[in-house]
Amino acid sequence: MIRKLYGANPLHFVGHVLAFALIGYAAVQIAGIRAAGNMAVWLVGAVLLHDVVLWPLYSGADRAGRRLLGGAVNYVRIPLGLSLVLVLVFVSTLLNKGDGTYMRVAGRGWEGYVRSWLLVTAGLFVVSGVVYLVRRSRR
Amino acid sequence: MARLIGKDPPPGPFRPEFWKSPLRGRALTSILGISLLVSMGIVTITGFLSHNAYEPGLPHNAIVDPSRDLPLLFSWPTHPSWLYALTEGLHVTIGLATVPILLAKLWSVMPRLFLWPPVTSPAQALERLSITALVASAIFQIATGLVNAQYWYPFHFNFVIAHYWGAVVFFASFTLHFCLKMPTVLRAYRERGLARTQIEDPLAASAPAKPTISRRGLLAFTGAGAGLVLVGNGGQALGGPFRKIAFLAPRKQDGFPVNKTAAAAGVKPELTGPDYRLVLKGGAREVSLSRDDLLAMTQRSETLPIACVEGWSATRRWTGVRVSDLARMAGVPDADRVLVESLQPAGVLRAASLNGSQLQDPRSLLALKVEGKDLSVDHGFPARMIVPALPGVHNTKWVKTMTFRKTQA
Repeated sequence: MIRKLYGANPLHFVGHVLAFALIGYAAVQIAGIRAAGNMAVWLVGAVLLHDVVLWPLYSGADRAGRRLLGGAVNYVRIPLGLSLVLVLVFVSTLLNKGDGTYMRVAGRGWEGYVRSWLLVTAGLFVVSGVVYLVRRSRR
Repeated sequence: MARLIGKDPPPGPFRPEFWKSPLRGRALTSILGISLLVSMGIVTITGFLSHNAYEPGLPHNAIVDPSRDLPLLFSWPTHPSWLYALTEGLHVTIGLATVPILLAKLWSVMPRLFLWPPVTSPAQALERLSITALVASAIFQIATGLVNAQYWYPFHFNFVIAHYWGAVVFFASFTLHFCLKMPTVLRAYRERGLARTQIEDPLAASAPAKPTISRRGLLAFTGAGAGLVLVGNGGQALGGPFRKIAFLAPRKQDGFPVNKTAAAAGVKPELTGPDYRLVLKGGAREVSLSRDDLLAMTQRSETLPIACVEGWSATRRWTGVRVSDLARMAGVPDADRVLVESLQPAGVLRAASLNGSQLQDPRSLLALKVEGKDLSVDHGFPARMIVPALPGVHNTKWVKTMTFRKTQA
């Protein structure tokens, strides 16, 4: 009966009640902090960042890559994907974003980071290119 | 409403034939889910450990309102001395390396976002809501964590407080998701080796395209991304020669990083000059000591790491006076709490309290020298705290007063 009305095992409901109790408590605390609205914007933005920005971008690029490169697509998408993961993770350093704060608190700036990233990216493409040539010559 | 939603899904991703990748399926999502369970499990546990390591129950330590905090606190130990370097190095480095795993996991379940009709039962509505909280908090935690570790603050809220409550939301929704999905993961494990046509799999494409990469290839790609981030950042947590390998770590350049310069902290040169006095409080009368008085006391040397909440660490040989000797001098030899205040005029981290095991540990020093030389002013000259396994910023620099207390009989 409950299963038919609710759509799942009663334990499913109990689990959600427990989880939402804790989430609700956290939400009340968040509502009370300074710039709570800004945090709410960030939480909503976090979902949109992936579902509305990143996913359409990378899947669109991947589709274009497959059409353009055919069977050789992996030799581009793997080094490029790895390089872009580094951009995503080290975004503020590579875009020089925290530079002012870093200089003020630590007495240093972000020098040489873009160069390191370019070198690693170049290295990834070189490895990929070598693997491509070796595999093609064997065929 | 019923007519508006209708039975036929709108065109695009709401239709099953939109999804063509032959890689998607229960098996792929299960492997990625287990990977996230391990990586985010480590990040979550070490995150709550770090919150605890700040001893928010002691005066002046709490950043999250202690009257609203969760009652999960325990006394942070001083053994092993590299405990905080380990837990926080894992927290930051694994947190960053989780980015490609999370991306791959989200990609693998994308068709589920476009279910049609969007909701078919109360159970499903609840579960979709909890998944929204899970995805929002996971991305929020990683995004705020990674920009904070790189000194970029593109938000108006307090990072520590927001990252803490975000972690509570993540913990609740992640634990629930784990409980609900573990049977599916086990089922995928039992079905290994079976052809896809033999199993009913809502994540799999109904009309898959020809593969351009194998499932193993995609997992290797994801793992390589995580590995590249580990190598790119991990060295700053290990310190020493490994730091040079960490090609994109914020602290790759510093052998011995400064978290806040004296100038940034507002510690003016005249405060650290010959007129400097350390004041010990808590006993019958205050004791005032010049730096020469401190140097005349019994000097101890300890090799201890200093580890920052932002994920770097550096091990040095520190020389100075035992904190327990100062407690005796203050007239509170059996003190179980000390409030250490800095010359720094303002800021949340200008003072920190230590617990009894920290202040009575024979390795806990008020350091005057590092590697045999006087501390530089940016490292806390005239005198700074160094306590085993204590979060970096609680090793107060430019110590001005120490107030010892005995709170328990």
